[in-house]
Amino acid sequence: MDLSGLHSIAERERHSRKPNTIRCCAAMGCEAARSRQVRVALRSAVAAAGRQDSIEVQGVGCLGLCSAGPLVRVEPQGVMYQRVTPEDVQSIVAAVDGGTSTAERADLSHPFFTLQYPIVLENSGKVDPERIESYVAEGGYETLYHVLREMSPAEVVDEVSRSGLRGRGGAGFPTGLKWATVAKTQADWKCVVCNADEGDPGAFMDRAVMESDPHRILEGMAIAAYAVGANQGYIYVRGEYPLAYDRLQVAIQQADRLGLLGSRIFDSPFDFRIDLRIGAGAFVCGEETALMASIQGQRGTPRPRPPYPAEAGLWGKPTLINNVETFANIPPILKRGGGWYAAIGTDKSKGTKVFSLTGHVRHTGLIEVPMGTTLRTIVEDMGDGVPNGRALKAVQTGGSSGGCVPASEIDVSVDYESLAALGSIMGSGGMVVLDDSTDMVDLARFFMEFCADESCGKCVPCRVGTAQIYRLLERFVAREATESDLVLLEELCDLLRSASLCGLGQNAPNPVLSTLRYFREEYEAGMASIGASRGLIREPAVVGRPA
Amino acid sequence: MTIHVPPASVHPSAPAPVRAGDERFEPLDAVIKRHQGKPDSLIEILNSAQVRFGFLGGELLDFVARRMRLPSSYVFGVATFYHMFSLAPKGRHTCDVCMGTTCSVKGARRLLEGLERAMGIRAGETTADGRISLQLVRCPGTCGMAPVVYYDGVAISYETTASAVKRVKGWLDDGSERAP
Amino acid sequence: MIAVTLTIDDRLVSAGDDDTILHAAHDAGIAIPTLCHFEGIADIGACRLCLVEIEGSPKLFAACTTRVTEGMVVRTDTERLRRHRKLMIELMLSERNHVCSVCVANGHCELQDRAIQAGVDHVRVEYLYPKFTMDLSHKRYGADPNRCILCARCVRVCDEVEGAHTWDIGGRGIASHVVTDLSAPWGDSATCTACGKCVTACPTGALFSQGATVGELEKDRSRLAFVVTARKTREWVR
Repeated sequence: MDLSGLHSIAERERHSRKPNTIRCCAAMGCEAARSRQVRVALRSAVAAAGRQDSIEVQGVGCLGLCSAGPLVRVEPQGVMYQRVTPEDVQSIVAAVDGGTSTAERADLSHPFFTLQYPIVLENSGKVDPERIESYVAEGGYETLYHVLREMSPAEVVDEVSRSGLRGRGGAGFPTGLKWATVAKTQADWKCVVCNADEGDPGAFMDRAVMESDPHRILEGMAIAAYAVGANQGYIYVRGEYPLAYDRLQVAIQQADRLGLLGSRIFDSPFDFRIDLRIGAGAFVCGEETALMASIQGQRGTPRPRPPYPAEAGLWGKPTLINNVETFANIPPILKRGGGWYAAIGTDKSKGTKVFSLTGHVRHTGLIEVPMGTTLRTIVEDMGDGVPNGRALKAVQTGGSSGGCVPASEIDVSVDYESLAALGSIMGSGGMVVLDDSTDMVDLARFFMEFCADESCGKCVPCRVGTAQIYRLLERFVAREATESDLVLLEELCDLLRSASLCGLGQNAPNPVLSTLRYFREEYEAGMASIGASRGLIREPAVVGRPA
Repeated sequence: MTIHVPPASVHPSAPAPVRAGDERFEPLDAVIKRHQGKPDSLIEILNSAQVRFGFLGGELLDFVARRMRLPSSYVFGVATFYHMFSLAPKGRHTCDVCMGTTCSVKGARRLLEGLERAMGIRAGETTADGRISLQLVRCPGTCGMAPVVYYDGVAISYETTASAVKRVKGWLDDGSERAP
Repeated sequence: MIAVTLTIDDRLVSAGDDDTILHAAHDAGIAIPTLCHFEGIADIGACRLCLVEIEGSPKLFAACTTRVTEGMVVRTDTERLRRHRKLMIELMLSERNHVCSVCVANGHCELQDRAIQAGVDHVRVEYLYPKFTMDLSHKRYGADPNRCILCARCVRVCDEVEGAHTWDIGGRGIASHVVTDLSAPWGDSATCTACGKCVTACPTGALFSQGATVGELEKDRSRLAFVVTARKTREWVR
C-alpha cells in the first residue's frame, strides 16, 4: 500500500456514492431509542419508492443530540430529523428531493450545534464506522503515511509536545512528555496501550469515538508506536461496550487486510500490530497498573508506582498508555501541526475537549468545545438550560473522582486548572447537570457506593474506608448522624486521600469533600440534633409530666 | 441496595473432576487453542466460556485451569474479581437497571426499588422459578436518555417505574416469554 | 549496586540503590510498623501501615515498595503518620471479628501488637463483622476467615516459596476473601502439601494449627523467614 493506493480507494469510494445519503445514528444512545427499527424502515421505504440507486441509507456513529434520538440526517441537503419513528420514514424519503417532511426537524442553528468545535468528533456521524474505505475517503491514514515516510520519531514527539496536548483520561499529564519518556527508554520490546476502559458513570465520550470512528484510534496508535519505538499495541475495551469492541475488531481486520497494520507498513521498516482485549466489569481497570494486570490476564489490582509504565509496564517492558480521546487527537495534530492545535484553548489547556452533557438539562448528548469555554455557555446555551421550571444547583464533573461546581461558580472556564481550583476535576469529561431538587448528600452516597463496589480490595484504606464512609453517609441521609460522625467522616476522607494505594481510593473522597465544601448545610441537616430543632424529627413520645 | 458483604460460607460443594475429554467443554478447548493457552488470555477465555455456557460453574473453571495450566485458585480469583462473570446460573431473562450518575439522579434507585417489590427479589438475585435475573449495570453510557433499563440486553430509554414493572410483569404473569 | 546516603528520622543512613526504605531503616535500627510485609517474599504495599513522608512530596509512600535515592529525606513517625496508622488499624479491627480474648493467637498476634503500639484503645467506626464459617477440614490446620486481614502473606508464601499456589484471593473490595483451589474446603485441596508455611506466615489467628486453644498459638515466624531467605543470603544454618 502506498499513497496512490490510498487515493484510489478514496476515489472509488467517492465515485460509488449515491447522490443522496440518509444517515441514521447507530450509536448506543439512539439504539436505546430503537434507531434500528428506523433504519430497517428507511431501507424498505427507499426500496418501496424504487430509489435504491439514488439514496443510500447508512448507519453512522453518534450525531450528538442524544436526548432527541433517534436522529436521522439527510445529505447533501444538511437536514436533520429528531425523535424519528418508523411512521416518519416515508415522508423523510419523499422529502429528499425537496419539500417538507412531517418528521420533526432538529434546529441545527441552535448553539448546541453551532458552538461545537469538532476535531476528535469531526468524522463522527459522517463516516461509516464499519468500512475503512469511508475513513480513507476523508483522508484517513494519509497522516500515517507522511509520518512514516517523511518524519523521524523524534520529530513526531516534538510535534506532539508543541501541540500542548494533555492526557484526556483525566489526570492531564502532558502527552509529549510521556511519549518522550517511553521513546528514550532502552528496551528490546515496547508497546502502546489504548485505555478504552471508560468507566466513569455518566461519561460516554470514548465510546462514541470507538463506535463512530474506530480507524482514527488505530491511526493515532500507529503514529504513537512509531514515535516511541513500539511494534505491539493493545486496546483494552471495557466489557460493557460490546458494540465498540466489535467495531474495533472489524476495523483492525480491515486495516490488516490493506496492510495499514502489520509488517512494513507503507513500505517503511515499521511493523505494528494491535490486539484487542476486553474487560469484564471492573472500574479500577481504568487505573493504568490495574489495566496492565488485566491485560496480562490477572485480577485487576493496582500496584504501587514507581516504577511507572513508561519504565516497567506490560511484562516489565516500557509501555505507553494513553486513552481513546488522546489517541484520536493525534492524526489531526500531525496533519495540521502542533502549532495549529496549541492555538486552540487556553494558556495551559490546549485544544478541545469532548464532554458528555447529561442530567437535568434540555439538550443532552456529546459536545466538543475548545478548552476554556465557560460552564455557563455549556449548560445554558448549548444545553438550553434546566427544564421543568427548576433552577440550576450544581454541575458534577469528573465522575466518582470529581466534584460539584455550584451554580454560583457557573462562569468558570472549563480547563484543568480552573476546575481543580474549585475542588473538582476535568476527569474524562462526564458532565452531569443537577437541578435544585437534587439531594447532595444522597449524591455523595451514590458515588461512595460506587467506589466501595469498585474497590479492588487490595489496600486497607480503600477496601474498608469506602465501606465505612458509605455507612456514615447513610446515617446522614437517614438524618441519624451525630456531630462526631461528621468529624469521623472528614478524618476518613483525609485518610483515603493520603494513604490509598491508587487513584481510585485517593480520589474516592472527592465527591464528599466537594459537597461538604459547598453544601455543608445539607450534611448538618442530616444530623439528628440539628434536624430536631428544625422540626424534621418527631417530638419525643412523652410530652406531659407524670402526675 | 446495600454494599456486598462476604458470603456466609465460602465453601460451595467441591466441583466434580472433569473427565478426560469432557465433550461438553470441547468448544472451549478450541478457543483456548486459538489463544495458544497463553495465561494472559484467561479473561478472554472466561468471557467466551460465559457467553457459551451462561455462567462459570465449578467444573468449567476446573477445566479452564487444567487446560491453561494455571493454579485453580488463581482462576477462581480472576473469575470472582470481575463483575460480569457469574458463578451461578442466571434467569432466562435479564433485567439490568443502569446505576450510573445520570440514571441515579433521574430516579433509577426508585425504579429499582419498584422492580424489587414487583418481583419479590433483590438486585443481584434470580426469581425462584429461574425466569428473571434482576441486576445492576455500571453506566454503559446511554445517559442521554436516562434512566435506562436493559431487557435481555436491549436498552429502553426514559423508563419509569410503572413502565418497567409492566414489562417484567409480562414475563412473570403470562409466561408467554415475549420480548418487551 | 551503588551505595547511596539518605536521611531517615534525622539520621544519616547508607544503603544500596536497590534497597527499599523499609530495609534501609531496618538495617539502621529504625522500626517502621508493617503487616503485609514478610521478609523474603515479594512486597505488595497493601496494608499501608509502613507509609512514610518524603521531603518534597505531599504524598505518602509505602516504605516496603519505595526504593531509596541519594539525598532522600524520610520521616517515619510524624503526627500525621501516627494519626493515619491508628485509623487504619481501627478499620482493620472493624472489618472482621477480631475479639482477642477468644482468639488462638491472643498475645502472639501482629495485628494486636500494632494496635497496642499505635495506642488503639477503642474503635470509632462501626463494626462490620460478617459471619464466616471456620474451615476445620484440613487434618493439621484450620482457617478462620473471621480473623483474616487480607494481607496475602499466605498467598505469596505458598506461591513463591512452596510453589503450590493453593491460596489466592477471591472476590473483590470488602467481599475479598482468601480461598484454596476453587474455594473448596482446605482439607479437599488437591494442591496443598500441608507444609504449614501459610500458617506460620499468617500474622493473626486466621490460619492456625489444629488443637491450639485460646492464646496458645505461637508461631516461629523468624524460622520461616530464615528458610525463605536462606538461598538468597546463602545462610543455610541458623
